[in-house]
Amino acid sequence: MAVTIEIPTAFRRFTDGEPKVSSGAATVSEALNDLTARFPALSRHVRDEQGQIRQFLNVYLNDEDIRFLSGEGSTLKDGDKLLLVPSIAGG
Amino acid sequence: MKEVYYLRCRECGKKFANTPQSFCEECFSPLEVSYDYEALGKIARRETLAHRAFNMWRYSELLPLPEGFKPSHDIGGTPLVKSKQFGPSLGVKNLYFKNDAVCFPTLSFKDRVVATALVAARRFGFKTVGCSSTGNLANAVAAQGAQQGFDTTVFIPADLEPAKVLNTAVYGAKIVRINGNYDHVNRLCTQIADRFQWGLVNVNLRPYYAEGSKTHGYEIAEQLGWELPDNVVVPMAGGSLIGKIAKAFCELAHLGWVEPKQVKFFGAQATGCSPIADGVKRNLARFQPQKPNTIARSLAIGNPADGPFALRLIRESGGWAEDVSDPEIIDSIKLLAQTEGIFAETAGGVTTGVAAKLIQQRRIRTDETTVVCITGNGLKTTDAIAADFPATQAIAPKLEAFEALVAQQLEEGVRANR
Repeated sequence: MAVTIEIPTAFRRFTDGEPKVSSGAATVSEALNDLTARFPALSRHVRDEQGQIRQFLNVYLNDEDIRFLSGEGSTLKDGDKLLLVPSIAGG
Repeated sequence: MKEVYYLRCRECGKKFANTPQSFCEECFSPLEVSYDYEALGKIARRETLAHRAFNMWRYSELLPLPEGFKPSHDIGGTPLVKSKQFGPSLGVKNLYFKNDAVCFPTLSFKDRVVATALVAARRFGFKTVGCSSTGNLANAVAAQGAQQGFDTTVFIPADLEPAKVLNTAVYGAKIVRINGNYDHVNRLCTQIADRFQWGLVNVNLRPYYAEGSKTHGYEIAEQLGWELPDNVVVPMAGGSLIGKIAKAFCELAHLGWVEPKQVKFFGAQATGCSPIADGVKRNLARFQPQKPNTIARSLAIGNPADGPFALRLIRESGGWAEDVSDPEIIDSIKLLAQTEGIFAETAGGVTTGVAAKLIQQRRIRTDETTVVCITGNGLKTTDAIAADFPATQAIAPKLEAFEALVAQQLEEGVRANR
């Protein structure tokens, strides 16, 4: 089983330029941990000092914001796509 | 001369040179334009304003504009209307409406933000500009983009009000309709800005765009005779405007143009999309995003990018946030029109309705000066209230017909009053 994590351009300097990373994680939380274990420099950009996903980073599972699902506990299935998008637009 | 403005991270404080970039490379928090206020204090003088036209460019020194900038449109400079009926009926003597429903050229406060964003777009060499929009912003980008010769593409939710779509299309802008709500459009635009070399005013040009909103605040202070109000009621969509009005007031106090004052900031949302108001009322550390369901489409942003900052500002200023239902929004649009002669779009119904609620709750004191921000024109959202005003009976062009009608209305009036 594998899910794909899509990396925004701004994060790619921490992922050796990789735009996509594959993971065998079963939940969103595990997938993010997997990602930051592989690219430790990314860690503090994904989570804040309290270990929460940073306030200005939106995480989407397929097309849905994970806050409308079960948050970090949302479960993943084969072929799912995780998208990391900085929260910058609006108005 | 060295530029007096630069980009700065709102969370970690890291400084960046002026570039089309809207978030910090270190902590991914939003960037905003910051100024060397000491240098600004030497070049910006309140007295020089006396010789300038009343529009947003009179505050040029306080905006991120390149040296020698010449504006091509007289944007802003909207009326601050003292309430004659609405405020007094609630016991408030000093209540004002800042009326951006008549902002030039597209009848919303978005004309201000697009003005500063397109200056940045030109400076950074973009040929194509665009935005993700709930309507008003698309109108403003399309109009000013056309006037300034940009290729313009806007992204909107597919089910936007027809008037707002038409008011964009007429300027020749390309319109991409997205099957989804504004938050979906927004996410797509963030990805587009990542991929294409386009100047998206509220994405990669966002720091410069947002600064335009400050002029709404400068004008309020100047129109009050260079005094700050006690309370401001501001509509919240992405949550940016409320913070920029606060920034404007702080800057004026810092420059010594007004006496410093602890202004209370009150946020207004529609109940059908009220993530920030909900966060304030439930005292949440982080707001919960919502799926918008309201007629106030211009405020229908369920995941507001500046929500965290708005939440903090409202709390720290001693203000509050409230929300009103769709029927209350319609009633408030009618009330504002029928008491003050101002026809606001649904967002104006939201601020008016929320202002009344806050006064009734005594969160806004009746002996204080309060400004209610009207940010868009009612002609853009006629669908929302059309059902309340069915066509009246037509009569023959004869005096007898009119007399009969008067008699009939008199009778109906008597019956209605029984």
